[in-house]
Order: sequence, then structure tokens, then C-alpha cells
Amino acid sequence: MPLLTVDDLSVTFTQRGERDVHAVDGVSFTVDEGQVVGLVGESGCGKSVTSLALMGLLPSRGVRVGGAAHLRLNGGSGAGTPDDTIPDQEQQGSVDLLAADARRMRDLRGSQIAMVFQDPLSSLNPVVPLGLQVTEILTRHQGLRGEAARTKAAELLERVGIPDPRRRLREYPHQQSGGIRQRALIAMAVACRPRLMIADEPTTALDVTIQAQILELLKDLVHNEGTALLMITHDLGVVAGLCDGINVLYAGRVVEAGPRSALFAAPTHPYSVGLLHSIPRLDAPRGEPLTPIRGSINDNIAWNDGCAFAPRCDRYTEACLEGPPELRHRSGEHLHRCVHPVGEGHQEGPASGAGPAATSTMEGSG
Amino acid sequence: MSKKSDRIDRLAELTAARAEDSEGHSVWRESFHRLRRSPMAIVGASVVVVFVLVALLGDIIAPHDPISQSWRDEVFPNRNEFVGPRPENLLGLDNMGRDQFSRMVIGARQSLLVGVVATVLGLSAGAVLGGVAGAAAGLGGVWGARLDAVIMRVVDVMLALPTLLLAVTVAALLGPSLVTVMIAVGVAQVPIFARLLRGSMLAQANRDYVLAASAVGVRTRRIVVAHILPNSLGPVIVQATLVLGIAIIDAAALSYLGLGNPDPAVPEWGTMLADAQRFLSGAPELAVYPALAIIITALGFTLLGEAMRESLDPKLRK
Amino acid sequence: MSQLMSADTGTNEAAAGGSSLLEVHDLKVHFPIRSGILVDRTIGHVRAVDGVSLTVERGSTYGLVGESGCGKTTLGRAVLRLVDITDGQVWFDGTDLAHLGSEQMRRQRRNLQMVFQDPLGSLNPRQNIQSILTEGLQVHGLSTDRQDTRRRIVQALDDVGMSGRALSRYPHEFSGGQRQRIGIARALVLEPELIICDEPVSALDVSIQAQVLNLLEELQRERGLTYLVIAHDLAVVRHVSDTVGVMYLGSLVEEADSDTLYAQPRHPYTRALMSAVPVPDPTVEDSRERILLHGDLPSPSNPPAGCRFHTRCPWSQPQRCAEERPELRTIAPGHRVACHFAEEIAEGTLQRN
Repeated sequence: MPLLTVDDLSVTFTQRGERDVHAVDGVSFTVDEGQVVGLVGESGCGKSVTSLALMGLLPSRGVRVGGAAHLRLNGGSGAGTPDDTIPDQEQQGSVDLLAADARRMRDLRGSQIAMVFQDPLSSLNPVVPLGLQVTEILTRHQGLRGEAARTKAAELLERVGIPDPRRRLREYPHQQSGGIRQRALIAMAVACRPRLMIADEPTTALDVTIQAQILELLKDLVHNEGTALLMITHDLGVVAGLCDGINVLYAGRVVEAGPRSALFAAPTHPYSVGLLHSIPRLDAPRGEPLTPIRGSINDNIAWNDGCAFAPRCDRYTEACLEGPPELRHRSGEHLHRCVHPVGEGHQEGPASGAGPAATSTMEGSG
Repeated sequence: MSKKSDRIDRLAELTAARAEDSEGHSVWRESFHRLRRSPMAIVGASVVVVFVLVALLGDIIAPHDPISQSWRDEVFPNRNEFVGPRPENLLGLDNMGRDQFSRMVIGARQSLLVGVVATVLGLSAGAVLGGVAGAAAGLGGVWGARLDAVIMRVVDVMLALPTLLLAVTVAALLGPSLVTVMIAVGVAQVPIFARLLRGSMLAQANRDYVLAASAVGVRTRRIVVAHILPNSLGPVIVQATLVLGIAIIDAAALSYLGLGNPDPAVPEWGTMLADAQRFLSGAPELAVYPALAIIITALGFTLLGEAMRESLDPKLRK
Repeated sequence: MSQLMSADTGTNEAAAGGSSLLEVHDLKVHFPIRSGILVDRTIGHVRAVDGVSLTVERGSTYGLVGESGCGKTTLGRAVLRLVDITDGQVWFDGTDLAHLGSEQMRRQRRNLQMVFQDPLGSLNPRQNIQSILTEGLQVHGLSTDRQDTRRRIVQALDDVGMSGRALSRYPHEFSGGQRQRIGIARALVLEPELIICDEPVSALDVSIQAQVLNLLEELQRERGLTYLVIAHDLAVVRHVSDTVGVMYLGSLVEEADSDTLYAQPRHPYTRALMSAVPVPDPTVEDSRERILLHGDLPSPSNPPAGCRFHTRCPWSQPQRCAEERPELRTIAPGHRVACHFAEEIAEGTLQRN
């Protein structure tokens, strides 16, 4: 049984007088112990909302969460002693993160699952010294106090590669560089050896050489500690170097999923293919043409009416509008949600009747 | 036509829907649309509208002459004999036998006049000071920074004095009159407007679109007037609405302290409140009516101002 | 100047007949750090740009790459005189922009335009698109005839792939990619010769980036535009540029034509930067050599003595690197590098510490 099993997760934002927004629309994936799984997509695809739902950090009002996300607990050693107040199901060794109450989630956060956010500065309390923010977690979850907590905190900072950790403990977040701040956040995340770490665009706000340092650090942590990592990013390059399994999200649904080698070797969903062809590669010869995806992420249709990507897709035909496409097996663990997947004997170019969408290239995108 | 082609048409329709949106909506208009849906704005605006109508149409609404002591033989304050609400006098009579309802209605006009004139005064003087300081600090270089520093230190000194104390000082210097109240209350609002506009302009001056205008070759003067200023006005307008409420309270307070319009022929809520104080034991309602009127009016403006603030800056909404 | 001219890469056909359009010579931009209540005292300087010389050929694209705080954005703004130049010259088509009066400079801006990183922030939220596009024409006295003005702005919109229907709408009603197109149209409508693109795609979604990059290339082909592209993303810069300059802490550390820079990076910082850029290909990612830099960028207000990079350089040598600041020297035609040991590192005679 995998460490985390997300089953048909859906998050709907409701606001009075406005149409419901299906930010996440039936997403399922699993994360195994010591594995790195990537959620890839552009802004608005639902990747960040997924992570917030798993952490129980969504606001309680105006949000409807559906589905289940079972986190396997390690046979009582890390989760504390068995407790009558904990539901039966949990006694059997797993907890549904979406159903757990606020108190239970507070216990789980930090000890079992931890999160690293994109913006290290706003994720740290600006008026509290760095050290206190780290020791706080150790006190809360491991009962360490005083010098013991400080020593442990310094060890943690050292482990994530922060030089001179004793001094840093007394300093404030604004005195640190972006890279140090992100390392400190990672130190806080791994403080209690969580079994799952969720990183939401952890390197997007950082410079590329610092990004390389942080990615290397994350790799080390996964390798040495056996922590599983759910990596949320828009950067396919980051995914290619780090993730074992990849889920590509579009408009709240997984459109393609698979092990990274299979997915990068032969991507089949036109969106994944488009993403790969629309960013310049460092190792491509200069001036190699890029093939953009037309339109913008706002140009989509509801999944119930057909494929949400159809309005931007070059391979779109009438068949794409006959209800929501299924997530199907391509080969092995490689899944895709497409009526006309790339590389499966479909004539290139749009079929007859697709005129309006095809000619709206510049107009719609413009 | 087949069902399929209908769907294709619908796809084209769905994707083109956004582009077909022919009319553009300015930020102001979108704010107004948000404002119309806010319950706070509706309540605030209703109060304000009623208040303004009463103030403007006072002569028509008021059933009696507010200063004629028509029922003077029915009221004996020294014997604690007052007349409460009755059909011909909706709110009863005051201590001198005048119709309280008519006095309340006519009194609204004074409050509106003082509130509007004082706010306009404070707004214009504050906007000039703040605008010059903001423009100088944002784009004026070294000398601009110095001019800004001088203006803002003066404003800081004004800000350091409590609003009412400042108003009392001005009123004491100029002697009691309606104009005094207006100037006094207006002067007290100057530093708030000055600081607000300057801060708002400095924030805008650092935005990329100002840099972009400069890169296109727009002159500094035009950048200030056409780009920075219009984008800085939102908070100032909100503040003006809030200040209207404050000005009405301040004006009433000055009148209450005897620094307002000395003409006994002009009813004014603050003065009425002060007069009624002597008869609190016998006729507490005489103090309650003007006090309630002041509170409700000020609350109306405050609600409207808060709602406008939210609609202008949707990020504040939670 | 002759040394500058020798930097000509010779790879660009457009440059064959003409000379350079933009020559930046020993440009310095130092921001004073002030403190004080009524009277400000200058207590130090941030050396944002500290002696940069570069040449942009007519009709070509010069890419400037570097991490945040390296001074690339300041350099771009200094060329347009949007920040005060401390020292140096900016020769644009035979005129030294650095020493022009402010009104003359304002007139010159018609020929040099800028595209900004944040497409929403760089558009005035209270102006509709028509007003945004017309303003430039107005301030340069080009908007005399209503009909002609409208024709020009509709043409500019058309050039960036948008329709005239956009004119009455406001910036917040468009998507990120569309806003960036509007930003480009605003620059185009003045028919400039040089466009400085400051991070033109970094604020855009991945799928939109290619649209904008392709648009920029297309416009260059059609109009013979010259670009100075400033970006942190080496892959983007390499894709669009003929010549690439790498900046570190206020100065240029390496300059070469795009393919040479990729094939033969000579400065240790360029190598580190190159190895840090993720490539969306697992086989490449797993096999490539990584050069991880230690520590962070030093403060530009107190840059290290000697080579600016020596505090983080994996090849740094004890004496020389810490004491002597390396000159940007030509090691091959069109290839300049500021490293004492560029050759030794390339030959492998100097190993990483």
C-alpha cells in the first residue's frame, strides 16, 4: 500500500451569486515511500489547491472538498500511542487527510506531513528569530526544550547546508538571503522527520544557481531520510531531474501521468507535448523554432462538455466534445486522458468542422 | 444540422465569448458594480440619502417654524413639565415650547453644510500639500526630497495635535461663528488627507507603469497629473466619505462646547444637545434625539466609506 | 573604441553593411545609500552597474543574462536613462545618450523602447488600450490626425496578433499573454529602432512564453528591429540572442555568440549557471555534470576585492583571484571573458578545488 493515496480529490470554490469554480476535479494519484512525485501544470490548473487540500489548509467557508486522501501511518511509532478518540480506521494504520478534524490535522502537520512554500520570506514570521521558529516545532511535536531544542535546531540548519547555524538561530528572517530562508523552511519541514513533504514551487522565487542548490538538497533528503516528496511545479526541467512519477494537470484534472522516463520519452497528451515544445531548451541549437500552445489557460470548456483542452488543441475533432474523456492506460503505468493522443495514428491537423477553433488562433490568443 | 455540429458551434461560441465582450469596463465602473452588491454600502447609502434629502428639503418637510415658540405656555422646564410626542408635534416640544421635530429637520442642514464645506476644505488643502509632497518626493530628485521633507514635517506637527484640540484652537482664535466651525473642522482634516495622498502617490510612483510612461517619453508633469494622481485618488475619496461623518461629529462637538454658530435662531444638533443637557432628568429624550441623529448620520457615512474602500480594493475582502 | 569594435561577432548578416546601433562604454550606475531625518547624508553606494562595455549590432539581438542583483535590469534602464548614470557613455546611433539634456533625451526615447517584465503592472489600470497606445504618439507630436492615429494603433495591435476590438477595454480584462502583447504594441507604435526587453516572458505561463518569444522574433524579421534582451533564464536568452553577455555583480564576466557560449563557456560562473539550468529531459538531467556554487551573491554595496566571483568560484586561486580584478579580455574572435585562468580551466590544467 502506498504512503499516500489520493482518490478522486475534488475542490470546489463556491461564492454566492457566482458560478462554482471546480479548481480540482477528480484527481487521483499515489505517492510511495521514498518516492518523488511531481504535479505539473500552469497557474490555475489546481496543483496548489491540491496541496493545500492535503494539508487541510483550505479555508472552511466557500470551499467544498470531495474524495479521499489516505496517509499510511507507521505502525504507532511516530503517531504516538493508540488513542480512543482516534477513529477505528486510523487504528488500522491510515488516516484520511480530508476527513480528519482540525486538531488531528495540527498533530499530523509537522510530524507526518510537512510543507515548503514558494515564498520563503512570507512563510516565515518576520518578528520572530529564525531559531525560535525552528525550536517551536521541536517543542510542539517532540517536546524538546531549552538547550536541547537549540542544539537540535542548529543540527537541522547544518543538515540543510546553512553555514554558521548557531549564529543564524538568533537572527531574523529578513537578515537572510532567499536561499538561506528556503533552506531554513526546509529544515523546519524536516525537523520531525515527516514521512511526506509537500513542496509547492519551492524554487520558483530563487535564482537558478540557488535553485540548483535547493534541488540537490531535496534530492539528498529523499535519498538519505526516505522522506517521500510531492513536488508541485510549473517547471518541466525541475521535474525531469527530480521526480520519479509525474502527473500533468490541466484545468483541475490529470491529463497525463506516468514514470518520468516513459513520459518524457514519449509524451502523448497534446498539452504535455505542447508544454515541452513551448519552452526553449538550453541544449537546443540557437534559433530552433518553438511551437506555442495557442490561446491562454482561460480558453477552456467545462470537462463535462468534453475535453477542456480542446479549444487550444491542434488535434481537436468533434469526437473531443462527446463527453469527458477517460483517463486511459497507454502502456504500463503511463496514463493519458485524450481522444487523439500524440503518436497513435491520427492524421495531423484539425479535422473538418474544427474551423472555428483553428482559425481563432491569433484572435483567441491575441 | 446534426447534434455534433451544434456542439462544434458551441465550442466556438464558448471560446469566442470572451473576445466578443465588446464594451470595456474601467476599474471605476467595476468598483461601482461591486459597491452596488454590498449590503454595507446599501445601508450606508440609504442613511446618507435620507440625511441629504432632509437637509435639502427641510423647509418642505418641517411641519412648523423651528424657532417660533408656539406652545410656550405648555412647557415649564423649572417645574419639570415637558410635552412628549403627540400628533401635532411628532417628537414633542423642546424646553422653550418649539416643535422638536421641525428643529431636528432644519438642524440637519447645518450639519450637512458644515460637514461638506469642512471636508472640501480639508480635502483641497490636504490634497495640495500631499500632492506637491508626493510629486516632489516621487520624481523630484534631491531638491524634491527636501521639499517633501519640509512639507511633511509641518503636516506631522499638525497631526500630532488631537483633531478636536486643533479645532478648538482655531475656533478660539477666530471667535465663534459658522465659518469658524467649518475652518476649524476642515483644518483638522488637512494632515490626514495630505499624508494619505502622498503615501498613495509614492506607492504609485514606484509602479512599473510610471516607468513605462517615462520610457515612452511622457513628460514628468504629465506623468504626475495623468498617471500617478488618478491612481492615487481611490483612498482619498474613501477617506473623504469617512471624514464627512467625522466632520459632522466634530462640528456638533464644537457647537456643544459653545464655539459654534452663536445665532440662537439657527437650530443645530450640537447646540440642541448642549441645551438639552440641562433638562436631562426631566426630558432625557430632548438629548437623545440630536445625539441619535448625529450617531446615525456619522455611521451612515462611515459604512458607505468602508464599503467603498472594499470595493475599490477587492483584495481586502475575505 | 577599436577594442570594442573587435568584439564584432561577424555572425549577423544584418550587421554586415551597418555599424553598431548601441555602444555602451564603461557604464557605471551607483545608487547612493542615504540616511538622515531632515538632511540626507550619503553613507555608501550600491554599485549596481560597475563598468560595463558592450556593443549591440544593428538588427541583431544582444542577450544579457544574470541572476537577481547582478545589475542587468539597471543596465537596461540606464540605457534609456530611466535611472541616473554615474559615469560612462551610451552611444546610440552616433549620439551619447548619457550626456543629453533631459528634453533631448525625452525626444530620443521614441527610438528606444522598452518591454517590461510585469505585463499588468506596466500598464496603467485606469487607461484603456486606446489611451495606452495613443499616449506615446501624442507626447512625440505624432498624433496630429485622428484617422492616422487610429490606423497606427490598430496596425500595432494587429502586428502583435490582437484585434482592434481591444481598444476600448482595460488591462485587467486581458490574460497575461495578451497584456504582454499590448506592452509590445505600445513600444512598436513609436516605430523604434531598439527595443529593450526586460524579462519579457518570465511572468508568463509556460505555454504562453513561446507565443511571445515567437512574436518578438517575427517582429524582428519583419522590421529589422534591434533587441537588448535582459533575462535570468539562460535558455530563453540563448534562444533569442545572437550575442550573449553574462553579468555577475555589476560587471560583464563573459560575452560570446550564443552557440559558442553554450559549446565553450570559459568563465567559471557561466559554467555554473549553465549546469544549473534544468533541462526537461531525464537522460540529460541524470548524466550532466553539476557545478554547485556555494553561498550567496555578495552585497553589491560592498563587493569583494579582486575578482568579484572569487568568493564562490570553484576554481579560485588563493593569491591572484582575491587581489587582482580580471579585465574582460578577448580570448577568441568575438569571445570575451573576465577570468585570469580561463585558458587553464579550459585545458584542464587547473582542477576544481
